[in-house]
Amino acid sequence: MDRVRVSFKKHVPLGLLFVTFVLLATIPFYVQPYLVILLTTIFMYIIITVSWAIFSGPTRYISLASAAFFGVGVYASAILGKTLPLPIVIAFGGLVSFILALFIGLLTLRLRGMYFIIFTFGVSELIRHSLLWWEANITGTVGRWVVVVDHTTVYYVMLIIFVMALLITYLIRRSRLGLALRSIGEYEESAAHIGINVTALKTITFAISAFFMGAAGAIMATRWTYIDPHIAFSPLFSFMPVLMAIFGGTGQIYGPVLGAAVLAYLEEILTTKFPYYYMLLFGIILIVVILFLPHGLVGLVQRWRKGGSKRQNANA
Amino acid sequence: MFVAILDVVIGGLIMGGIYALIAVGLSLQYGVGRVLNISHGEFIMLGAFSTWSLYTIFGISPLVSLVICGPVMFIIGFLIHRALFQYLRGKSESIGAFADSSLLASFGLLFIIQNVALLLWKADIRGYSYLDSSVNILGAIFTANRLVALLFAVVISLAFYIFLTRTRLGKAIRAAAEDPATAQVMGVNIHRVLAICFGLGALMAGFAGPLISMMYEIQPTMGLEYTIIAIIVVVLGGLGSITGSLIGGFILGLIGSIVTYFDPGLSLIAYYVIFILLLLIRPTGIFGK
Repeated sequence: MDRVRVSFKKHVPLGLLFVTFVLLATIPFYVQPYLVILLTTIFMYIIITVSWAIFSGPTRYISLASAAFFGVGVYASAILGKTLPLPIVIAFGGLVSFILALFIGLLTLRLRGMYFIIFTFGVSELIRHSLLWWEANITGTVGRWVVVVDHTTVYYVMLIIFVMALLITYLIRRSRLGLALRSIGEYEESAAHIGINVTALKTITFAISAFFMGAAGAIMATRWTYIDPHIAFSPLFSFMPVLMAIFGGTGQIYGPVLGAAVLAYLEEILTTKFPYYYMLLFGIILIVVILFLPHGLVGLVQRWRKGGSKRQNANA
Repeated sequence: MFVAILDVVIGGLIMGGIYALIAVGLSLQYGVGRVLNISHGEFIMLGAFSTWSLYTIFGISPLVSLVICGPVMFIIGFLIHRALFQYLRGKSESIGAFADSSLLASFGLLFIIQNVALLLWKADIRGYSYLDSSVNILGAIFTANRLVALLFAVVISLAFYIFLTRTRLGKAIRAAAEDPATAQVMGVNIHRVLAICFGLGALMAGFAGPLISMMYEIQPTMGLEYTIIAIIVVVLGGLGSITGSLIGGFILGLIGSIVTYFDPGLSLIAYYVIFILLLLIRPTGIFGK
């Protein structure tokens, strides 16, 4: 009886995952285009949030440089989109972000806590303003047009990047790298003391997480068709992943996915009609989560599950 | 040439005075209370818009609004600390964890205050003219409102400095900044002092807002830019050093004025470059230990 229950427990989540994936992969065939576009935006937020959590989740370094990595991808796509095929453009967008993150990672090795947070924010704002100045004074035109790609293709590319990001998250969590990152988050000095190459691991993980943000930016640019530094490097792309991941909870893989999905959906349905009310609600949710739900939605789910199993035990 | 230099220097001092005010506010909130208050600029914006409304609707002088806005912001800040940050501080396992979660909570405040302001005042850019006759100082020409703003900024900064160094409460605040636990042992009511510090930070923003609205155009989304400038000044002066923030404000104002003289579009970029270089080379700032 017990054995049956164990294999059942093991296979149900896998099966669910498979069904969800098939559903997501076939969705453009039987829903309205509007829904496909909505899902694309939601996936964009999920990708940024999940990849933010790859680095910031275990190490507890709060990065506010997501906008830089995302925006670099957007610009790579805007510049190369006219001459190169789509897969190469997207890979290139990810790669440029990867290199930028390596560079930032190497620079910020000495910085911790508050200094790291404000430094990453400063870097992405510096890039935004420099680009704006460059476009206004050197090239003379602010903003660019991007080659349009049909929305089903955009959706599938987003889906592929999402699955890759999730897979990498899963693999890192299970590997020695994941363990090392968590020990850095717990106590960095002792992690270094037991022989973990703290510097190298932090930098490479930071760069991996940036790769997915850049790739997502590169494909998102084709959906926006027009971009400028304010759109591509909007500070909101730095704030949102932090808030979405914390809302979902970074303790589990599905936490950031859940947080990003719920908030991105809320944004999509509220933003066009009541933009100010949405952001107001967003602020209230954020404060409530920080005050009363330190482990986010995941914590809520776990508490509810525990409560459920306790009740079962009581019945037995 | 002389006039150009005078123009740049006085212009820099005017900007610097405002920067010093807002940075001192942030410095109190972070240096003493460990709350890196991202919503700091929103209090400035509230002060600026209240002044605009009072002036355009009731004809109340911005300088009268300044006297009203400051204390009102103090009360709001005090209550926010009591209701939000004090609870968060008690719940956090370490002061580092508190710094992170309070930063995020202040993001929440930013969204709330900014969007309430957008609902109240709409997204338009506003402005009014007050004391806009020009004054000639040895050939350099300034509008009177800018010089009045500089005067007020200097007076408020000095008054605040004297308050910190000469009064019992000021000493308690400095003690709490050095070491909260020891200060508490010495009889400082730490929760009260921290709430007062947060309130004083908001008070500074409440003073800066009306002064800014006298000189520049305002809009509900202006807050974040001032918060960022305040953060840069605080890092420049050394995190936690209140005197550092005062002097740092004037230094950044002067730098900004020099850069603006050559290319106005580059001033913000120059701030970020200074900020990043500082963090890399000397994260403790000019006056930090």
